[in-house]
Amino acid sequence: MKKSVFFGSVTAVALAASGALAAEGDTLKEVKARGVLNCGVNTGLIGFAAPDANGNWSGFDVAFCKAMAAAVLGDATKIKYVPTTGQTRFTALSSGEVDLLARNSTWTFQRDTDLKLDFIGVNYYDGQGFMVRKDLGVSSAKELNGATICIQTGTTTELNLADYFKANNMDYQPVNIDSNAEGEQQYMAGACDAYTTDASGLAATRASFADPENHIILPEIISKEPLGPAVRHGDNNWGDIARWTLYALIAAEEYGVTSANIDELAKSSQNPEVQRLLGTTDDLGKMIGLDAEWAKRAIKAGGNYGEIFAATIGEQTPIGLARGLNAQWTQGGLMYAMPFR
Amino acid sequence: MSETHSETVAYVRETMLPPEPPPLAESGAIKWLRENLFSGPLNIALTFVGLGIVWLILSTVGPWLSHSVWNAGSMAECRQIIAETWGQGASGACFALIKHRWNQFMFGFYPQVLYWRPVLAFGLLFLALAPVLFSESAKARRIVLGLSMVLTFVIAALLGAPVAALLGMAVLMLAWAALIETRPQWSLLASLVYPFIAVWLLWGGSLWSEAMVLAGFGLGFAVWRVLAARFGLLAFALAVVVAAAWWLLLSGPLASALAGVLPLRLRPVSSDQFGGFVLSITIGVAGIALSLPLGVILALARRSDLPVIKLLAVMFIEFIRGVPLITLLFVASLLLNYFLPPGTNFDIILRVIIMVTLFAAAYMAEVIRGGLAALPKGQYEAADALGLDYWKAQRLIILPQALKISIPGIVSTFIGMFKDTTLVVFVGLFDPLKAMADTIRASFEWKGAYWEPYIFVGAIFFILCFGMSRYSMYLERRLKRDHR
Repeated sequence: MKKSVFFGSVTAVALAASGALAAEGDTLKEVKARGVLNCGVNTGLIGFAAPDANGNWSGFDVAFCKAMAAAVLGDATKIKYVPTTGQTRFTALSSGEVDLLARNSTWTFQRDTDLKLDFIGVNYYDGQGFMVRKDLGVSSAKELNGATICIQTGTTTELNLADYFKANNMDYQPVNIDSNAEGEQQYMAGACDAYTTDASGLAATRASFADPENHIILPEIISKEPLGPAVRHGDNNWGDIARWTLYALIAAEEYGVTSANIDELAKSSQNPEVQRLLGTTDDLGKMIGLDAEWAKRAIKAGGNYGEIFAATIGEQTPIGLARGLNAQWTQGGLMYAMPFR
Repeated sequence: MSETHSETVAYVRETMLPPEPPPLAESGAIKWLRENLFSGPLNIALTFVGLGIVWLILSTVGPWLSHSVWNAGSMAECRQIIAETWGQGASGACFALIKHRWNQFMFGFYPQVLYWRPVLAFGLLFLALAPVLFSESAKARRIVLGLSMVLTFVIAALLGAPVAALLGMAVLMLAWAALIETRPQWSLLASLVYPFIAVWLLWGGSLWSEAMVLAGFGLGFAVWRVLAARFGLLAFALAVVVAAAWWLLLSGPLASALAGVLPLRLRPVSSDQFGGFVLSITIGVAGIALSLPLGVILALARRSDLPVIKLLAVMFIEFIRGVPLITLLFVASLLLNYFLPPGTNFDIILRVIIMVTLFAAAYMAEVIRGGLAALPKGQYEAADALGLDYWKAQRLIILPQALKISIPGIVSTFIGMFKDTTLVVFVGLFDPLKAMADTIRASFEWKGAYWEPYIFVGAIFFILCFGMSRYSMYLERRLKRDHR
C-alpha cells in the first residue's frame, strides 16, 4: 500500500514535470528574455567547433550559432556555448539545456522521430571514408577484407561499417576508440590497418600527420552523413527560425550576397529575391516573430554559406576540404535554399 | 713494564694493526648488488628481465623526451624544429603545446584579466587550512603561511592584478596571518568564513549575497544557542526553520539593499568559463571539505540505535555506493533539468559539487564506520560511565580516536575523489585531462599532439595527490599516541 502511494506520487511528479516541459515551448520568447542563445556545440572538432587560446569559439558549426544569435538577438556574441559530448548532446537539447544543437550530428530516422529532434536542414553533406597507409598496398575499400579498423564507438560510423562489410561479404576486426585523437594515435602506432570516420575528419587528420604523403584516403564513401543543426520537437516557430536562417546563409551565396557587399546590396539591389531576403521589401521576418533585417544580420555575422565554408574548413584552411556535394545546386552540389517569398 | 717485556717475551706487538678493508665481495656496491639483485638464479633472471624492460622504455621514450621542443607556435613548427635539430625522421615531444595553452590548462576560459582571483582564492585556502592542518607545529604552520602568502602575492602580481587588489590582498593576508598567530581560536572562525570568500572571488558578483547566506547560518546558530536549553531538539528544528525563512524571504532584498549602500562587487564569471585545474581544484576542494562532515554524520547515523535514522543512512549509503559516479553526474547535468521548472538556473558546477560530495560522503561514511568499529567497546562504556551524553561522548572520546584510525582510508577517499573530478568531462565541463586536451587538439595548431597533455596533466595530478598522501603520513606520525 505504502509502496504504491510512493510510486504513484513519483509518477505524478514525473507527469507534472513532463507537462511543464511540454507547456513551455516558446523558445524564441525565452531566448529573447534571457538575452543569450544557448548553443550546443562539439567539445572540440577541428574546423567545426573549437576554442582558441583565448577561449573564443570558432568553426563551421559555431558560425551557424553566431548567425542564429545575430538573427534573433541582434548580436552574434550573445551566445553561451555548451560543449556537448556524443553521449550528452541529444539529452542536452531535449532537456532544454540548449536551444539549438549545432554539433555535426547526422540526420537519421531514429533521431528525428524517436529522439524527438527536428533537424532543420543539412549544413554539411559528409560521408564515411577510410584512410590507410600507402605501403599497405590497398587502393579500394573492397580490398580491406580481414583488416583491423579503428572505429569510434557510439556513432553512426560504427553501424555503417558493419553494414558495409556485411553487404560486401567481408570480415573486419574492430579496434574501438573513444575520440578522434585516440584514433589517430592508434592508427599511427599501427594498432589498426585502416582508420574510418567522416571524410571531413579524415582529411583533417591526414593534414595533421607529420608524413601526410604516406597515407591515402580510399575513394569509397560508404555512407550518407548529412550533418545538420537540430532543435526540439514541438516548437515549430523556433524550428522555422533556425531553418530559414540556414537557408538565408545558403541563399545569400547563391545570389552573391557577401558580408562585404551586403550593406550596399540592401540599398541598391534590383533582384527582388535579394530585396526580400535582406528585408528591403516585404517584411518576411514578421512571419517568424523577428524584425525585417534578421537575415541581413545573420549573413553579416560570419558571411554567407560559402564564406563560412571557406574560412573554417575550405581549401585555404589546413583541413582543405573541397566543396564537392556542398557546392550550390547551380554548381552541381546539393545546397539548395527554398525560395524566400 | 716495558722492561719485563723485553726480557720475557721475544716479540710483542705494541701498536694495533690498522683495520683491513673488508673483502671486496662483502662490502659496498658489490655486496648490495649480490644480496639484492643476484642472490639466486631466479633473482638473476628477474634482474635481467627488469633491466631489459627499463632499457626498452628508455630507448623508446628517452629520445622522444630528450628531443622535446618547448618553444613553438604549432605542431608543424615543432616538427620542423625537431627535424632541423635532430635530423629527418627523429621524433620528439612537443611540450610547446603546454606553454602555448598554459592558461587554458590552468584557468580554462576564465577571463584573463581576472586570473588573480582564483590564485588568491587558492592562496587563501592555505591560510584557512593552516590552523586546522598544522595546529600542533608552529614551525610548520609558519612555513606554510609565509610561503603561501608570498607565492600568492608574487603570482597575482605577475598575472597583472590591479594595484588596489594587490594592496587589499596583502592587508587581508597579513591580518589573517596575525589572527592565526595571536588568536588561534578565532582564526578557526575565519576558516569557516573562507568558503564564502572563495565563492565570491571565483564567481564574482556582489559580496552581500554570500554574506547573507553566511548570516543565515549565524542566525540559525544563534536561535539554536538561545533556545537549546529550554526546548532541546525542537530548538534545532526551529533554528533550521528560521534560517530557511531568512534565506528564502529576507536575504535577497536585504542583499540588494546593502549592495545599493555599499556595492562590494566583483565582475561576475559564469560557470561555463571555468575549466582546467581551476575547475578540478574547485570541485575537489569543495567535495573534500563537504564530504568529511557529511561522512561523519552518515557513519554515526548508520551506527545509531534509532531504527529510522539507521535505515535512512543505510539506504543512502548503499544506494550511492551502488551507482557509478558517472550516472550521478548525468543525473545532475541532464535529468535534473527535466524535473526543475523551466527557466530555473541551477548552476552546473554546484550540481556537480553536490553529486561528487554525496558520492564521496557515502564512501567516507564506511571508512569512518570502520574506525568506529575498531574502537574497543571499553571506550564507549568509559564514556557512558563518565556520564557524558551522546554528543559529548562522540565529540570528546569516540570520534577523535576513530578518525585517527581512519586517516589512511579518509585520505585515500580524498585522493580518489580528487582524481574523479576529471569525470566531469562527460557532462561537458572542461576538466584538464581530457576535455581541455581534446579541445586543444581540435585547433589547427595542435592537431596531432597526443601524449604531451596527458603527461603534463598527469604530472600535476601526481604532485597534488602525492602531497596529500605525504601530509596524511605526517598527520599519522603526529597523532600517534599509543604503542610508542
